[in-house]
Amino acid sequence: MIQNAWLIPIFPLIGFIILGLGNNKISKTLAGIIASCAVLASFIIGISILPGFLNGETKATTINLFDWINAGAMHISFSFLIDQLSLLMILIITGVGFLIHIYSIGYMHDDEGFNRFFAYLNLFVFSMLLLVMGSNYVIMFIGWEGVGLCSYLLIGFWFKNQDYNDAAKKAFIMNRIGDLGFLLGIFLIYQTFHSVSFAEVFEGAKGFSSGDTIIVAITLLLFVGAMGKSAQLPLYTWLPDAMAGPTPVSALIHAATMVTAGIYMIARSNILYTLAPMTQTVVLFVGLATAFFAATIGLFQNDIKKVLAYSTVSQLGYMFVALGVGGYTSAMFHLTTHAFFKALLFLGAGSVIHAMSGEQDIRKMGGLRKYLPITFMTFLIGTLAISGVPPFAGFFSKDEILALTIGPYANAIFIILSFTSVMTALYMFRLFFLTFYGTFRGTDAQQHHLHESPKTITIPLMVLALLSTVGGFLGMPAIMGKTHFLNNYLAPIFDFSNIKNEPVHPSEFAEYAIIIVAVVVLLGIILWGLNRYNKNQSVPPADDVKVSPIRNLIYHKYYIDEIYDAIIIKPLNGFGRMFNKVLENEIIDGMVNGIGKTVIWSGKTLRLVQTGAIGFYIFAMVAGIILILLYNLFMV
Amino acid sequence: MLTQTLKTIPIEHYIYLSSILFAIGVLGVLIRRNAIIIFMSIELMLNAVTLLLAAFSTYRSDAAGQVFVFFIMVVAAAEVAVGLAIIVMIFRNIKSIDINLLNKLKW
Repeated sequence: MIQNAWLIPIFPLIGFIILGLGNNKISKTLAGIIASCAVLASFIIGISILPGFLNGETKATTINLFDWINAGAMHISFSFLIDQLSLLMILIITGVGFLIHIYSIGYMHDDEGFNRFFAYLNLFVFSMLLLVMGSNYVIMFIGWEGVGLCSYLLIGFWFKNQDYNDAAKKAFIMNRIGDLGFLLGIFLIYQTFHSVSFAEVFEGAKGFSSGDTIIVAITLLLFVGAMGKSAQLPLYTWLPDAMAGPTPVSALIHAATMVTAGIYMIARSNILYTLAPMTQTVVLFVGLATAFFAATIGLFQNDIKKVLAYSTVSQLGYMFVALGVGGYTSAMFHLTTHAFFKALLFLGAGSVIHAMSGEQDIRKMGGLRKYLPITFMTFLIGTLAISGVPPFAGFFSKDEILALTIGPYANAIFIILSFTSVMTALYMFRLFFLTFYGTFRGTDAQQHHLHESPKTITIPLMVLALLSTVGGFLGMPAIMGKTHFLNNYLAPIFDFSNIKNEPVHPSEFAEYAIIIVAVVVLLGIILWGLNRYNKNQSVPPADDVKVSPIRNLIYHKYYIDEIYDAIIIKPLNGFGRMFNKVLENEIIDGMVNGIGKTVIWSGKTLRLVQTGAIGFYIFAMVAGIILILLYNLFMV
Repeated sequence: MLTQTLKTIPIEHYIYLSSILFAIGVLGVLIRRNAIIIFMSIELMLNAVTLLLAAFSTYRSDAAGQVFVFFIMVVAAAEVAVGLAIIVMIFRNIKSIDINLLNKLKW
């Protein structure tokens, strides 16, 4: 059965080819069915492989398709690695991906680029599958670039809007910076291990001592790649802008799958990272800073998708913190649950936007629970899940990460992360209450148009809500008696790292304390939100109202975009202009034009030699002959 | 016998004579404007070479040089015929045989 795994990425590829070539010749209904079925087929194959891994019969398998690059001593095969980790990712990508495909049929129904949209989506799923299934870093890199391309295409999907195009370019360029780090990392890996395949690299790495410089360099470079793809400080600014794309894209690419590629890559390279404690510290602090920083921005945003975008950045920060303390399973666990509830939240937001005729400002919403009952219920579940209310999915995965941070650095990380968690709950409930409670604040036309979304939209919402509810049981904490299912499942992948790292198990008391405090704080926040936004009808101030400087600073995202503009973009532009003026116009053009001018000038001068006087020609001939004679006489 | 007599004159003299004749021919070609005179000068250069060939042939007792002399004479005769014909044609066209008038082939 596992030998059929190579089919998994083939289906979306076929879907992409059919939709890409057929474009306008295929009806919308058929296009939606083809695209969804392609992803569903991949999902079914993935599911069929799962039992073997669950009962331990199947071992990690490499499926070799063909030899790809043979150059000198370098042999890179095009092969897939199917193991517990890649299978988990495959199931998330195709499972959540399938739901989002179904959702898109309803959401994109009136868009003229419907078929193009589905072609891109299938291409994305194909690239993402390549990324997680590749058995070496080069295949991973193809997928890595492929998803970057699809992200670009889909952010700029409505390409007639220049702002959206700019957002797409920003995402692409910022990812490029990270990709360069990733690429250099791969070069260094090849130079060190003379191979890029995971099996050989990790086998070779085991011979290195912990903290070896070359391993630290490799891991740092790979982490730069992860920073770009997974939107960490300082390369995160593209993700909030990426919300320009259609909402299903935000859900699939910029919340559930692509942005987690960095997490997957580090989890995949866990052996290297375990050998580089210094890099782990860097990962930890970058993750922590991002989680905290993005959460503060999320507190004051008024665009429903922007709040969720900063929330995504923040949650990705959580996962990096987990990776930084060596909790690879916890990171993958949070990745999984986050894929469920963040996809749910984005799709819910999409449903709201759909009902509001494209309005995204939460100041203009309110009271929507009456009009959108299913969206309301599912969004509530998503909010509870991301805030970490037991027993929803986010509670287990987030508290697991929190528990891991107890101890080192005098609990400072734990405290900051807990505080971030509180902020997460704050901005999520603010968003939730502003959208669904209070009175409606939009225009009459919008109110008249309010309606619950069609079934293609609500069914994926309900399925994801179910997953967000039960997803947490994949990893029950030790105190609740159950075995940590995901931990056992992924154990073979993280074997080496777990032995080296000796994960800290917090005391029972601490775990209970975390849970109780979390529940109390969350209850407080919910009551505060109900009081503030439902009873008092408080609404965030309009953009032109003066607010306190700190609030203003945060509302404008700490002016990070402006700072980047001033210290990087402007100087680079200046450099560019200078080079254009001096190097391009003066030196290069001067050289090229100079050659032309020299030829013309010498032609003009030399043609005067053609006098037409025969005597002169003969004289020249005789003089020439004499010169040759003299040369032969004296020189040779 | 005749060869012995000829050899009483040193070879250098033949070379000097030929060189002088050749130089006169070159100068004539360079200086004169009359096409017929130029033509005669060319003939003079040819004959300078022929004389040298014959002289070397005798001094080295090798007949091959004299064979070449005959070849040159035959070719020169043919060439004179063609050359004179061209000059006649030029004269018919421009009523002159001054080569400086023939300067149309230029930039």
